[in-house]
Amino acid sequence: MNGLKWTYEVDGSDFTRAGEASSNVKKNLRKLGVSPEVIRKVSIALYEGEINMVIHANGGKIDVEMTPEKIDMVLADTGKGIPDIEQAMQEGWSTAPDEVRSLGFGAGMGLPNMKKYSDEMRIESTVGVGTTVYMTVYIK
Amino acid sequence: MTPLAFAEKYGFHIVVEGAGGCRDIEGAYCCDLLSMVMGRAKENDAFVTVMANINTIAVAVLADVACVILCEGIHFDDACIARAEQQEVCVLETEESSFAVALKLGKELGLC
Repeated sequence: MNGLKWTYEVDGSDFTRAGEASSNVKKNLRKLGVSPEVIRKVSIALYEGEINMVIHANGGKIDVEMTPEKIDMVLADTGKGIPDIEQAMQEGWSTAPDEVRSLGFGAGMGLPNMKKYSDEMRIESTVGVGTTVYMTVYIK
Repeated sequence: MTPLAFAEKYGFHIVVEGAGGCRDIEGAYCCDLLSMVMGRAKENDAFVTVMANINTIAVAVLADVACVILCEGIHFDDACIARAEQQEVCVLETEESSFAVALKLGKELGLC
């Protein structure tokens, strides 16, 4: 069954605009009467994804699809890729530059938070080609 | 206790009332690493920090905290305040340290 779909381009050049997609999805889900807990999970997982795309991949594309059962999110970038996904998933592991750290990010919490707040998460990444993160949050 | 009542009781500056100003503070989270706040702050927490950039407001919205309390006399710039107003985020400011603010919140929450 086809659900509601939203697509966002993430601008990789402006760190302060990261969060526009997640804020917009949050607004849409609220209008649709989705429970606050589901909205919170989706918003946090997406925001961390957006931040990662800005920090590491110079932006990318986010597709969100909602059905009565679940919300699927696909975050695709053409950045430098993740050489060791297992290492990247460890809390505290970070390759973010200092200027990002000074803004309160880059603490190695992004991917762990995405995993924590999604019900399912899968990462496909090829060094030099890009990374795609698939996340699902169940509504029921 | 609401953020507005808390600010009035302890003389904190109310920068933006927002919708959060009238919610009850149910807990508190003190941290300057925004990713950690995203993952660990709870809905209706008071978010106590010295991190004053526009992402602070985004995190407050997404984590759904009751308010942001900016400590140590640090101020948000006009763009951050405009974003907070637009997003209805309650923002308080104080000269006090995070620890001093945490003690006051703990007292009001009956934790100490």
